[in-house]
Amino acid sequence: MSKRLSALLAVVALLVLACGGSTATHSPAPTGGQTPAPTATAAPTLAASCQSDASKTPVEVQGWWTTGGEANGFNKIIAMFNDANPTTCVYNAAIAGGAGSVAQGRIKAAVLAGLPPDTFQVHMGHELLDTYVNIPGGSVMAPLDDLFAANGFNDQFPANVLAIISSDGHPYSVPLNIHRANELWYNKTIFAANNLQPPTTWAEFETAAATLKTAGVTPLAVGDSGIWANGMIFETVLIGTLGADAFLGLWTGATSWDDPKVTEALNEYKKILDPANGWINTDHSSLSWDQAADKLIDGSAAMTIMGDWANGEFTAKQFPDYGWAPAPGNADIYQALSDSFGLPVKAQHPDQTKLFLAWLGSAEAQAIFNPYKGSIAANTTSGNPPAGELQYNDYQISAAADWKTNTIVPSMEHGAAANPAWSSAINDVLTSFVTDLDVTAAQAALVTAAAGFNQ
Amino acid sequence: MRRLTFDRVLSVSLIAPSILAVAVFVYGLIAWTGFVSTTKWNSLSPDYSSAGLDNFVAIFNYPRFQLDLRNTVVFTLVFVAVSLAIGLFLANLLDRKIRGEGVFRSIFLFPMAISFIVTGVVWKWLLTPSSGVNLLVGLDPAQNKWLTDPSVLHIPTGTILNDIGLGFLATNQWGVPIALLSIVIAAVWQMSGFVMALYLAGLRGIPDELREAARVDGASEARIFRHVVLPLLTPVTVTAVIILGHISLKIYDLTVAMSPTGLGFATDFPATYMWQTAFFANQFARGAAVAVVMLVLIATLIVPYLIWNRRQEVDR
Repeated sequence: MSKRLSALLAVVALLVLACGGSTATHSPAPTGGQTPAPTATAAPTLAASCQSDASKTPVEVQGWWTTGGEANGFNKIIAMFNDANPTTCVYNAAIAGGAGSVAQGRIKAAVLAGLPPDTFQVHMGHELLDTYVNIPGGSVMAPLDDLFAANGFNDQFPANVLAIISSDGHPYSVPLNIHRANELWYNKTIFAANNLQPPTTWAEFETAAATLKTAGVTPLAVGDSGIWANGMIFETVLIGTLGADAFLGLWTGATSWDDPKVTEALNEYKKILDPANGWINTDHSSLSWDQAADKLIDGSAAMTIMGDWANGEFTAKQFPDYGWAPAPGNADIYQALSDSFGLPVKAQHPDQTKLFLAWLGSAEAQAIFNPYKGSIAANTTSGNPPAGELQYNDYQISAAADWKTNTIVPSMEHGAAANPAWSSAINDVLTSFVTDLDVTAAQAALVTAAAGFNQ
Repeated sequence: MRRLTFDRVLSVSLIAPSILAVAVFVYGLIAWTGFVSTTKWNSLSPDYSSAGLDNFVAIFNYPRFQLDLRNTVVFTLVFVAVSLAIGLFLANLLDRKIRGEGVFRSIFLFPMAISFIVTGVVWKWLLTPSSGVNLLVGLDPAQNKWLTDPSVLHIPTGTILNDIGLGFLATNQWGVPIALLSIVIAAVWQMSGFVMALYLAGLRGIPDELREAARVDGASEARIFRHVVLPLLTPVTVTAVIILGHISLKIYDLTVAMSPTGLGFATDFPATYMWQTAFFANQFARGAAVAVVMLVLIATLIVPYLIWNRRQEVDR
């Protein structure tokens, strides 16, 4: 079978399958944003406005930001780039669907067919590297060493982020933002009424949970209709039990998954989930993460562990009475995930795309985009947005300060720490664990999963 | 060889596009999926070197897929049986020549016109413990967890099964997940009206003379139903089983809308697993293997039906 024909068939097969699966099952929808405003600049309008101009080189950006603050912010920096580069027309060909559940299938199909967009959105880390870079047949993404050197990115991005986006020392994507995964959110009024401080260790968490339960409040709101939300709790327990270095080691092979500390973490995780303790809401599996956050707003639950898109959720629902702290045992450790953009080898317009990537990585673009997105800038030289632009809120200011001083570790659930096959396998283990709470079986299954995928 | 008339040329040229489309997009892609399932294509870069049956071994050894197969079998059996029972019951009620039959028929048939996604969303709201049914009827959410109940009904352990070496039957793997029954409720709600319509047509096709003759012979109404009506409805039952069976064997949209995987995979199905394996885990060959298993499952239902159908036509 000729190579071209088989590639065509592959695309058709992917599209047929993709069309069937248009509903999100794994949707870590970090839709956080300051403004729940309707989409001001819809993608098609932007695309149509400059694509029809033959004097401009079109650059296609594919992602999944179509509404809300994230789309507004992204379209804003695209428009600024187009104004500054009159011969180029960057257009946002975003496809709606939580966390790219639809867009990712389309992007993969396009890359497989050898017709990739000029650049596309992808979570930094293994989701990028193990899907597009370290694959048999060679990377379909171009290394960005020149771009990073020419723009000083090697000094502007933290070393841990450079490590997460690099393979064999070559960076493969430009991170536009940083979200924090390991954050504890709490209802200040409930905490004050029960004389509680945000727990800094899991032991303190247990004491606080007992107090709250006596007071008739659900201690921890969980919404794991997508198992990733529960997996994020497991990750914070792992970090709190193992510490940053050993947690990192889990993903590089330096820490074994049958380590007694992992058993300890599983036992703690079991305590949190155990219905006999009654620390989490009984309807967790039918709720999404934002519905769990709503329990904190209406006061029926006191805490929730979620990424900092929860900040956008609270802001959007005009609920001022929330506090935040690192998840128990996670102080000074910043578990990061990021939306990043890379350069496919077969991109049609690599030169213009590189210019655009340099803009995405710049301190200025990140300062304008991130207040909308509810995240912080990955570029450490990025300061406050210029006057007249949307400014960072209190949470983001504190997160930015932490970002500069904390140890950075990657998020497994959001593609940074493990390759997609491995994180799928871990999610499958957790899906069983949530019901059977069998620590021994879960640990054995985690060891098997690691053996299958850890390189 | 027959002569090439204008009619023949016309008919062939009219059929050709659809034959071509079906050949490429149905049978061609089935063959392609079958081929991919035997390759090592488990990353974004296609690798067509042969993996033999490794992908099948991998999925059949994977606990999640084993539970998916259990769910498929349980769901199909319960869903088809309950739909047939309710459909037959409703059809018999409507067959009493009641007033306003058309209205009732439409009411029962209407759910079928709704997309499974819509049904799924509505029933999800209804069967979420903190809202819906529990709130309407005043049940305790802690006791009636519906969709979110992960417990699995199975034969109690330590029975005679252990003594005869079948102890494995008394485990979760061979049980009925309670959460799955919630999905059965939604599916039955949607499809039993359709079964009713089929049976109603079947009942109308049974001549009154046959019942009269049985009555003259002194048969009770129950016996008439059992020995005259039911046997004559067999073709309808077979058709209904085939239609419901193929829906349930490849169910996807309804479960994704209601409860994509469920706690402990209580509501997970092969289609959900196939999609996640291929498009999140990038394991395309494994996803293709799951697709092939699903095709075989459906074929075991459809192929005998096609043969049976063909025989009936020949008999005629």
